[in-house]
Amino acid sequence: MITGSIAGIGAGLAAIGAGIGIGQIGGKAMEGMARQPEAAGRIQTAMLIAAAFVEAVALFGVVVAFLGTK
Amino acid sequence: MDLSQILNSKKLVHIAFYAVFFACVTFTVSAQEPEKVEEPHVTRSEMNAPHEEKEEDISATILHHIADSHEWHFWGEGEHKVSVPLPVILWTQNGLVTFLSNKHDENDHGTEIFEEKGQPMVNYHGKYYYPGQKNAEGAYVEIDENGVPTNAKPLDVSITKNVVSLFLSVIVLLLVFTGIAKSYRVREMKAPKGLQSILEPIIIFVRDDIAKPQLGHRYAAFMPYLLTVFFFVWLNNLMGLIPFFPGGANLTGNISVTMMLALCTFVLTTVNGNKNYWGHVFTPHVPWWLYPLMIPVEIIGLFTKPIALMIRLFANITAGHILILSLISLIFILKSVFVAGIAVPFVIFISVIELVVGFIQAFIFTILSALFIGMAVEEHTAH
Amino acid sequence: MTLLALNPLVSPDPGLFIWSTVAFLLLFFLLSKFAWKPIVKALDERERSIEDALAKAEMAKEEMAKLTNENELLLKQARSERDDILKQAKILKDQIVSDAKVSAQTEGSKMIEKARIEIENQKIAAIAEVKDQVATLSIQIAEKLLRKQFEDQNKQNALVTDLLKEVKLN
Repeated sequence: MITGSIAGIGAGLAAIGAGIGIGQIGGKAMEGMARQPEAAGRIQTAMLIAAAFVEAVALFGVVVAFLGTK
Repeated sequence: MDLSQILNSKKLVHIAFYAVFFACVTFTVSAQEPEKVEEPHVTRSEMNAPHEEKEEDISATILHHIADSHEWHFWGEGEHKVSVPLPVILWTQNGLVTFLSNKHDENDHGTEIFEEKGQPMVNYHGKYYYPGQKNAEGAYVEIDENGVPTNAKPLDVSITKNVVSLFLSVIVLLLVFTGIAKSYRVREMKAPKGLQSILEPIIIFVRDDIAKPQLGHRYAAFMPYLLTVFFFVWLNNLMGLIPFFPGGANLTGNISVTMMLALCTFVLTTVNGNKNYWGHVFTPHVPWWLYPLMIPVEIIGLFTKPIALMIRLFANITAGHILILSLISLIFILKSVFVAGIAVPFVIFISVIELVVGFIQAFIFTILSALFIGMAVEEHTAH
Repeated sequence: MTLLALNPLVSPDPGLFIWSTVAFLLLFFLLSKFAWKPIVKALDERERSIEDALAKAEMAKEEMAKLTNENELLLKQARSERDDILKQAKILKDQIVSDAKVSAQTEGSKMIEKARIEIENQKIAAIAEVKDQVATLSIQIAEKLLRKQFEDQNKQNALVTDLLKEVKLN
């Protein structure tokens, strides 16, 4: 018998989406850095900002899960 | 260089400080947390609770560790508890009420009404409420379906554990940076030395990698705010990782603090927003018939930015703490000390990652603040 | 707000909010006044001074290079001048030497010629004297011989007769 809140599933789904997103961002940033090592610093900053935006979505999911569970 | 010089050198002191710091982070997380996690187990066994509630216990313990508290708890439980009581300041219907938290903390199940300045109150799980109807468990609180009391409560402006930690971090930051400012004055035009040389690259990092790219030539006006936010968030992230006295308060993992920080950025953005910024909100570059749709979206966008900022920092730091505590709790969930062999290295690993996350989150918070302010003060957009 | 009140973790605590606002704003104002302003100013100033110093060093280097160049040029010039002077001196010396040689030769040959002429003259004079003396001696010898010849009367007669005979024949 599985017990618990369905909110956990929601948080997990949000994490999947964000994981895919951050993976894409990281992968593309690596490609960019490999292609243009001299721009690595700027790419890294942009990558972190983009990753933070994507991550926020997953964190909203986690917070909603918090809201739903006590 | 002779031996005494080596022993007196500031560098050595710093190295020793960091060594002790990191050792403490890893050692005490592995050594002390188990004790803490045991607390509910002891209390529950005293109450003869069935074992099925164990899991619920552990999540409650973890949440308890992350939450704020009216006392600074060190170790032990019940009679052997070692903790420092902190002042409770309540703004009640009868005016200001102050007392030390250990005065009314024997009964935190809300079953006993005490009076301060003629104001009856109950202590329910470390929070003070006005007493209501007595419920089935004998507590004078009305609990809703989520287990949260719905009683009216006084405005609690106590010096809690988080507030003490906040003051500590503020004092540390003031001492460190006014000290550095002094050494800049004393050693004018000279190479940095000591603490100055450790923090100068970070200050330059904030200026060159955060402020300048996002704010352009207007960076100078916002440097003080960005530097303050960066070092405040970073220091509190690190202090939250220390599981005993100077740290352990999880300040940046508290939504009130991140809300305050996000609100500061929001206020700065709103106050500094120029015609172009507001024009972008109220007259977006879309056909006029889309305005009813776009203007609300843009207005919501104004608020989601600081809210995302608030949630991001809070959730990142809280998630890190929960992760560490959960790994330690594995020992108690699986009821075997040998799990520590796997759990403790994992905790050390996560702790090191959290050190990095602590820096990255401070960086992200600052750069996003700079980005939002930069969007507000930008002269003209590309489109 | 009822939704936020569900979990204590995500419900903002007004007390902490107030304290953190107060503490953060205080920190912000104190640090901006007493730390960030002097630090950022000192950093900017130091950077500017370093940049200035670098620019100055660059300028000094250029100046130095210019000076060195000039020096080198001067040196080169001086060297070539010296070489010229030396060359000229050498030519002069050679000329003087050769002139001296020529004049010495002509002088010498002149003197030799003079000496020869003198010698010749002396010789001629000496020969003339010798001739004179020889003539005197031979006259004296002849006188003496004649005197001895003609001490005898007969011989004189005989000669006179001989001489006379010769005259007849003519």
